[in-house]
Amino acid sequence: MEEYFHSVQIVSQRCVGRMACMKACPTEAIRVRRGKAEILEDRCIDCGECARACAHNAIVPRTSSFVDFSRFKYTVALLSPVIYGQFRKDVLPRTVISAVRRIGFDDACDLARASEAVSIAIDEYLAGYRGPLPLLSPFCPTIVRLIQARYPNLIDLLIPLDSPMEIAAREVRQTKMKELGLRQDEIGVIYLTPCPAKMVAIKYPPRKRGSHLDGAIGISDIYHPLLSAVSDLNNDPPEGEKPVTGMGLGWPLLGGQVWSLRAESGLAVGGLGDVERILDEIEEGKLGDIQYVECHACAQGCSCGSLTVGDPYVTRSAILNLVARFGSQPCQDPEKVRQLYRSGYFSLPGKIPSRPFPPLDQDIAKAIEKRKRIQETYETLPQINCGACGAPTCLSFAEDVVLERAAFEDCPVLTAREAREQRV
Amino acid sequence: MPGDPLFSQRFSIQGKDFLNAGKASSRIKGILRDIGIQPSVIRRVTIACYEAEMNVVLYARQGTIELRVTPQDIRIRVEDEGAGIPDLELAMQEGYSTASDDIREMGFGAGMGLPNIKKNADELTIDSIVGTGTTLEMLVRL
Repeated sequence: MEEYFHSVQIVSQRCVGRMACMKACPTEAIRVRRGKAEILEDRCIDCGECARACAHNAIVPRTSSFVDFSRFKYTVALLSPVIYGQFRKDVLPRTVISAVRRIGFDDACDLARASEAVSIAIDEYLAGYRGPLPLLSPFCPTIVRLIQARYPNLIDLLIPLDSPMEIAAREVRQTKMKELGLRQDEIGVIYLTPCPAKMVAIKYPPRKRGSHLDGAIGISDIYHPLLSAVSDLNNDPPEGEKPVTGMGLGWPLLGGQVWSLRAESGLAVGGLGDVERILDEIEEGKLGDIQYVECHACAQGCSCGSLTVGDPYVTRSAILNLVARFGSQPCQDPEKVRQLYRSGYFSLPGKIPSRPFPPLDQDIAKAIEKRKRIQETYETLPQINCGACGAPTCLSFAEDVVLERAAFEDCPVLTAREAREQRV
Repeated sequence: MPGDPLFSQRFSIQGKDFLNAGKASSRIKGILRDIGIQPSVIRRVTIACYEAEMNVVLYARQGTIELRVTPQDIRIRVEDEGAGIPDLELAMQEGYSTASDDIREMGFGAGMGLPNIKKNADELTIDSIVGTGTTLEMLVRL
């Protein structure tokens, strides 16, 4: 079985075993053993909730760092528009772009334009599509992983179009190669990301083709130098920057994709619990009157990515202000984008494989037997989901016992009860 | 087959409890996923099970769902105490419904419930006594 690359890793020395990560994990992929958190690799969908929950910095994103890019002659930073919402309201997007250049990148541009182009491409795709509905947005890597794991019936509903991040990276690399006479591998294209899951999409794209990006750095990782640069520049806003415009500015927010489409019936859903409920309904054939469903692992979309710094609601409001100011008109000729679409510019070949969570046993008879023993074990447990055993729920503990990942005596509630009874 | 492993679990359903309607089917879906049943089979079982669960919520006072999984098949038995079905043949027709206006206003009662169960199950038997209740048993082969 192929190995998993995950968006986060646990730094064991820093882990103090407080179990916040275990309780935050939506797929019950974390256990705490001998006082240290561990990730069950094949159950992790890279949402980053554990890293967000940890108060001790013991779960860190596996994003890139500056030294990774020293091999390039020229570096370009790609900005999620989320980054514009991380500063005071009077900081203009062009100031942020200049500041990114000042902290060490040779050039920088945001994804608004590419996002807008992808919106136009989605509209074209929807117009020509005759299969089952609704179609699903494939742009949140955690959602794609969730669908691979738990909703393999829905894989074919993921729209086979490339992400704004990849489109922008390809374009900027080509432009710079021409402009500077550099080879492809001399240019580093790096995403300034609001969440660690994008790193997985770059290193291991689900359709198994190469990425046009060379890495991703968390917004929080560069925030400190960026903030100083923004403060320096803000008193004297840079001239000569291209204005930031386009209907793609609001793309990373919950509802941003649906808003930018012409398609009449779209639905936007954020937060893994709510996304699962909607995916259940789609699987049961209930939402066939909707054309496009935009799914985000985070409740408010990328503005609450775990590598952002600002409050997600404040960020959302700041970006919505930008959308109102700069984003109501397309910044490129839609007809040209449609031509590109027809030439296959946005299309992604290849099928996304399913990657289900491992079953209790490969042998169905044994799996049934194990599930039965799990239920029997569960019935004897306190069923209060206290987590003190190191598993998030009594049911997951029962599973651990049956799969021999834990011992029955690890339940402190039962052990205490027994000790009390022996005293009497 | 004697000695074959069997997983079984019972869930109770309350009539008119819309807040919890669908939860039993959801839990059944989770169990089938744990076991590693094929996704396409899970989908059929879940759709059929949900329809049967909704029938109890919409039309009966209360009921139970019993899930039984063996290496050969999945059986779902839904028993309820309620009005029963006076004309089974009619009830199996698509679009036929006895739902009241308020049920229809909630988006249910389109007359697709039983036909949908029949479509997704490999075998279906229904016994109903008017004024007493209905027992529905469906089987999906693995």
